[in-house]
Amino acid sequence: MTEPPAPAIRLDHVSRSFGEVTAVDNVSLDILDGEFFTLLGPSGSGKTTCLRIIAGFDQPDAGRVLLHGADVTQLPPYEREVNTVFQDYALFPHMEVGANIAYGLMIRSVAKPERVRRVAEMLDLVRMPGLESRRPSQLSGGQRQRVALARALILHPRVLLLDEPLGALDLKLRQQMQVELKAIQQQVGITFIYVTHDQEEALTMSDRVAVFNVGRVIQIGSPAELYEHPASPFVAGFVGVSNLISGELAQRITGSAETFSVRPEKISLQAVEQPSPDGHVSVKGSVRDVVYLGVHTRYLIELEGGGDLTVVEQNRDTTSMDVMSARGRQVRLVWDPKHNRRVSDGGGAALDPAG
Amino acid sequence: MLFLHAPIAVIFLYAFTTDDAIFSFPPPGLTVDWFRVTLNRADVWQALGLSLRVALVATLVAILLGTLAAAAVYRGKFFGREAISFALVLPIALPGIVSGIALRSAIGIINVPFSFWTIVIGHATFCMVVVFNNVLARFRRTGRSQIEASMDLGGNPFQTFRYVVLPAIATALLAGGMLAFALSFDEIVVTTFTAGQQQTLPIWMFSQLTKPRQRPVTNVVAVFVVALTTIPILLANRLTERTVE
Repeated sequence: MTEPPAPAIRLDHVSRSFGEVTAVDNVSLDILDGEFFTLLGPSGSGKTTCLRIIAGFDQPDAGRVLLHGADVTQLPPYEREVNTVFQDYALFPHMEVGANIAYGLMIRSVAKPERVRRVAEMLDLVRMPGLESRRPSQLSGGQRQRVALARALILHPRVLLLDEPLGALDLKLRQQMQVELKAIQQQVGITFIYVTHDQEEALTMSDRVAVFNVGRVIQIGSPAELYEHPASPFVAGFVGVSNLISGELAQRITGSAETFSVRPEKISLQAVEQPSPDGHVSVKGSVRDVVYLGVHTRYLIELEGGGDLTVVEQNRDTTSMDVMSARGRQVRLVWDPKHNRRVSDGGGAALDPAG
Repeated sequence: MLFLHAPIAVIFLYAFTTDDAIFSFPPPGLTVDWFRVTLNRADVWQALGLSLRVALVATLVAILLGTLAAAAVYRGKFFGREAISFALVLPIALPGIVSGIALRSAIGIINVPFSFWTIVIGHATFCMVVVFNNVLARFRRTGRSQIEASMDLGGNPFQTFRYVVLPAIATALLAGGMLAFALSFDEIVVTTFTAGQQQTLPIWMFSQLTKPRQRPVTNVVAVFVVALTTIPILLANRLTERTVE
C-alpha cells in the first residue's frame, strides 16, 4: 500500500481574526493536485483572507497551511512556491510588459536569453505574442489580466492563486476569459485556486467549489453537487436561484414541516383546469410578475396559501407577447417531488415523495 | 502681483547700478562690475559654501528620515500613528521663530557648541516634512498590491524595495528633495537661532542691510539666490505634475 499523494494545499483548522471580526473561522480543506478549486462566497465571507493566508500575505492566528505536505505556515510569500494573480493586476507601471512577466526570473537571476525565450512562450500562452515592449498603461483591462496571469505562471508555481481576477472586466470579456482560464489551467496542469463571489463563474470553471459564509466553509463539492444537492438554505440560495419552502406548505407537500428547496426550472406552469400528472406536486397560485429574459422567462408566482415561488420556463414556443399576457393569471404549478431537496439538516438529500 | 514682483525686479535692476551706497531712481548708469566684485568677496563665498553644504546635508537627512517615517506611517497601524504623523508635520506649521527659540534652548541645555551640525538639525526638522508628505502621498496612490506582487514573485524585502518601491517613489523623492533644498537654502529665522557666529547666505544678506559696504553686491547675491531656489521648485512642480497624469 502506498500512501495517497498529499493534497496540493491543506488548510488545517485555520482561523484568523481582525480585531473583533472573525474573518476565517476554523477552516479545514484539502485541495487536490491539478484541481481547479474555487472559493465561493459573498464579500466578507473569508474567502479572500483564506487566499491571502495561502499566499503568505497574512498569517493565521491558529492552524496550519500545508503545501504538498510541507508546513509553510511560517514562510514569507517569497519563499513559497505559490503565485498570485491580483484583483487589480498589480502590474509594475514603470516596467514594460516583458519585464513585468520576467520579474520572477530576474529575481532568480535566470540568464537573459532564457528569460526572453520564456517570456515569449508565456505571451503565446495568453495569446498576446509580440507585445513585450508595451507599457501596462497602454493595455486594455483584458490584456493587463493576461499579463498578470503570464507573470504568475512563468515560475511554474505548484499552485496558482487567483483573487477575483475577472471582476473588473465586462460581461462578454469575462465569459471569454473564463473559458480561456480553464483551457490554460488544463494545458499547464497547475492547481488553480480561484476566489469569486460570482456563482456562475464558479460553476463554469471549477472542478470543485467550497462555499463560504461568515468565515466558514458551508459545503464543498462539484458544481453539479452544489446545485443539485445544496446542504443548507444558504448554499441553495447562493448557488443558483432557489425556492425555499417551509412550514405549512412544506407539511402539505412532503408531510413534514422541514424546509426544502426546489429549483425554479424544475417547476412547470399550466392552466388551473388541466389536471396535474400522476405523483406530481400541485400548487395553485397567480402570476404576480413576469420578467422576459430572451432565452427564458422568470415568473413570480403568489401562492394561494401565501408565499412566493420563482418559476423559470424556456421560451421554446412562446414569445414575449405570450408571456407578458400571463400577468395576473391563475395557474397551477406542478413538479416532480424527486426535485425536492432537504436543506435544513446539511445533507442535501433528495426527499422521499410524500405519503 | 505688482507689490510682490515689482520689488524683485528693482532688486535685479540695482544689481547693475553704478551707485555705490545710495540707490537713486533711475540708476545713474548700468554696469556688470558688481558681479566681478562679488566674485572676489571671500565672505560671500564662505556664506554661499556654508549654505550649500547645509542645504545638501539637510536634504539628504530629510530624504532618509522622511522616507522611513512615511513608510512607517503608511504600513503600520500602530498606536499613536496619527499623533506621530501630526508631530512630524508640525515644524512646517509652527512659526519659525518658535522652533528657533526651542532649538536654541535645547542646544543650550545639552550644552552643544553651535556648529555646522546644529544648523543642519534645525533645517532637517522642516525639510523632512516636505519629503514625508510627498512620499506618503505617493505610497497611498501606489497601493500595497505591487509590493505584495513582488514578494509573491520571489522578491525579498530588499529586492522589492530596490525594484518596485524605489522606482515608484523616485520622482516623489526628487521633488521632495528639491523643495527641501530650496527651503533650507533661503531659511533665515531658524538659522539665526542655531548658527551662532556662522553666516549662511541669507544671514549674510541680512547683515549687509545694516552695514552696507558695496551695496549692489547684496543685490547680485539676491539674483543668485532667486535662481538657486526657484529652479528646484519649478522642477519639483513639473515632476509631480507629470507623474500625476
